[in-house]
Amino acid sequence: MLYREAGDFKITYAADQALLPVRQDRALLYLIAAAALALPLVAGDYALGSLAIPVLIMSVAAIGLNLLLGYCGQISLGSGAFMASGAYMAYKFATAMPWLPLPVSILLAGAATAAIGIVFGLPSLRIKGFYLAVATLAAQFFLLWLFTHVPWFVNYSISGVPTPPPATILGVYITGAEAPNWAKYLFCLGFVAFLTWIAYNLVRTRIGRTWMAIRDMDIAAELIGIRPLWTKLSAFAFSAFYCGVAGALWSFCYINSVEPTAFDINRSFQVLFMVIVGGLGSILGSFLGAIFITLFPILLNSAPAWFGFEVPGNIITNIEFMIFGAVIVFVLIVEPNGMARIWMIAREKLRLWPFPH
Amino acid sequence: MADAPEFLAEVVIAGLMSGVMYSLVALGFVLIYKASGIFNYAQGIMVLFAALNFVGLIDSGLHPILAFVATLAIMIALSMAIERLVLRRLVNQQQIILFMATIGISFFLEGFGEIIWGGNVRPLDVGIPSDVIFLDDILIQEADLFAGVTAAFLVTVLALLFRYTAVGRALRAVADDHQAALSIGIPLNHIWIIVWAVAGFVALVAGIMWGSKLGVQFSISIVALKALPVLILGGFTSIPGAIIGGLIVGAGEKVAEVYWGGLFGGAIEEWFAYILALFFLFFRPQGLFGDKIIERV
Repeated sequence: MLYREAGDFKITYAADQALLPVRQDRALLYLIAAAALALPLVAGDYALGSLAIPVLIMSVAAIGLNLLLGYCGQISLGSGAFMASGAYMAYKFATAMPWLPLPVSILLAGAATAAIGIVFGLPSLRIKGFYLAVATLAAQFFLLWLFTHVPWFVNYSISGVPTPPPATILGVYITGAEAPNWAKYLFCLGFVAFLTWIAYNLVRTRIGRTWMAIRDMDIAAELIGIRPLWTKLSAFAFSAFYCGVAGALWSFCYINSVEPTAFDINRSFQVLFMVIVGGLGSILGSFLGAIFITLFPILLNSAPAWFGFEVPGNIITNIEFMIFGAVIVFVLIVEPNGMARIWMIAREKLRLWPFPH
Repeated sequence: MADAPEFLAEVVIAGLMSGVMYSLVALGFVLIYKASGIFNYAQGIMVLFAALNFVGLIDSGLHPILAFVATLAIMIALSMAIERLVLRRLVNQQQIILFMATIGISFFLEGFGEIIWGGNVRPLDVGIPSDVIFLDDILIQEADLFAGVTAAFLVTVLALLFRYTAVGRALRAVADDHQAALSIGIPLNHIWIIVWAVAGFVALVAGIMWGSKLGVQFSISIVALKALPVLILGGFTSIPGAIIGGLIVGAGEKVAEVYWGGLFGGAIEEWFAYILALFFLFFRPQGLFGDKIIERV
C-alpha cells in the first residue's frame, strides 16, 4: 500500500527512464534532501563537524570503491592511497594555482588521482581476485611512501604535514581554521549530491553495463565484444576519481591538514568494510555502509559513559576492536548482501503491506 | 657491490633469514587458502595471538613445554570456535565475504589478546641459541639458522601431508569447491577445523621465532602484511612457493635497501616487496609455483 505503484503512470519516455521511477521514492529523496539541507539549523557543532562531515566524505570514498568492487568486480585494497593522492594533489593545485576556485582544484585532484588509478589498474588485465588485491597494496605502500619522501608534494614544508590554504566561496571560509562547520558541511554536501547523481547515472550507461558484464563473467563479456582492458581501466579511473575527491575533502574540510597517516592501510580497510557491509553494487549501500562504519565506533566509544561506567582508555579501545570485529562477522553472516539488501526487502514488504499474500 | 663480497653476503644472509620469518607467516596463509579457498587475513593476528598466549603462560610460571602444549590447545579451541561461529554459516559464500569475515576475526582477536595479556612488549626466551658464528668472514646469527631449519622441517611435513594422506586429498577437494566436496561426503566442518588448527600451529611456531627475535608485540601482526607479496611471488596454493617467495622477498628488500635505498630517500623496504611482486605478476600471473588458472565459459 505504502509503495503502491499502480496508478503511477508514465506518459513520457523521460518519465519512464527516470532515475527513481516510483513516486514514493522521489518523495523520499526530496525528504532526505530537505533534511540534509536543514541539518545545520538543528544540529550542534559537534554533530556537524565530527559526525556529519566524515560520514559525507566517506560516502564518496565508499561509492568510489563500490564502482570498482561492486560494479566491476575488481578487488582493491588501495582506496586509502588514492584518497591520499587526492589530498596531496588538491594541496598542490590549491597552492600552485591559488586563483583556481577550490572546487575546481578538488576536481582536478580527482582527475590526477584517476590517472594514478589507471596506472595501478594496469595489472588487472593479467591478474584477478586476491592476486589483484595484493597488487593494489603496492599502490597503498608505494604512494604513501612517495608522498612522505618527496618534499615537492608538501611544498618543502619542514614538518611535512602542511595545512591547506584557506579558501572562500561567496565570502564564507570553507577550509582552514576559521571555516565554520556549517559551511564545510554544505560544501561537502554539494560535492556528495553531485557525485552521487553522476554515479547513479554512470552505472546505467554503457560504461556501467560493461562493468557489470565484466564482473559477472569476464570471459563471456570479452566474447560478446566488451574490451576488458578499457572497461577495467575506466572502472579504476572512476573509482580513483571518487576516492581522490574524498581524500581532498577529508584533508581540506575535515582534518585540516595534509598528512599520510590519515590514509594508511586501515583507511583502505575501512572503505572496504563500508562497501561490503553497505552492499556490493549499490550506491545506496555505500551511504548506509559509510554511516554505519563511521558512526559505530564513535557510538561504542561513548556508550559506557552514558551508563555511568568509567572504563580505562586502553581497555575500551580493545573492547571496541572486539565488538567491531564481531559485528562485522555478524553482519556478514546475517546479511552477506549488505544493508542495502535489508532496505530492498523492507521496500518489497511495504509494496504489499498490509496484504502480505 | 663487487668490491665487498663479504658485506654483500652478510646482507643477503640477513635478508634470507628475515625472509624465513615472512615465509612462516605466509605458510599459514597458504595452508588455509589451499585447503579452503579462504584468504585468511587473520593469519598475522593469529601469530601475535599465539605468541601472546605462549609468553603469557610462561610468565605466569608454566614450563615452556607445558605452555607450548597449552597454547596449542588454545589455538585448536580457537579454530573450532571460528569454524562453529563463523565459517559454518558462510558456506558457499563469495570469497570476498569470507575474506571480510577473517578481517572481522582479526579485529576481534587483536582486542581479545590485548585485553587478556596487555599491550606491552614482552621478551621471550625459550632457549633458542643467540650466539653468532663466523663462516670465513661472514657473520651468521644462530637464531636465524635455527629458524631456517625449523621452517624447512615444517614445510617438508606439510607438503608430505598434503600430497600423500587422505586428509590432504580431502583438503584439496574442499579448496576446489565447497559444495562438490560436501556432496561426495567430505566432512567440510572437520576439514576446516583441521586446517585452521594446523594454521594455528604454524602461527605458534612463527610467533615463537618472531617473539624470540623482537619480543612479543603488536608489530608482529603488521609485519605479517609482508607475507602477502611473498604469497603472490610464490603462488597462493604452493607450500614450497611460500618459502621460496619469502627468501626472495627477504633477500631482495635487504639488498635493495642497503644498496639503492639512499638513491630514493630511504625506507624503500616498505614497498619494495610489493612492487617486485607486481612486476613479477605481469610475467607469471599465477606466481612461481601457483596452479595455472584455467578459465572456461
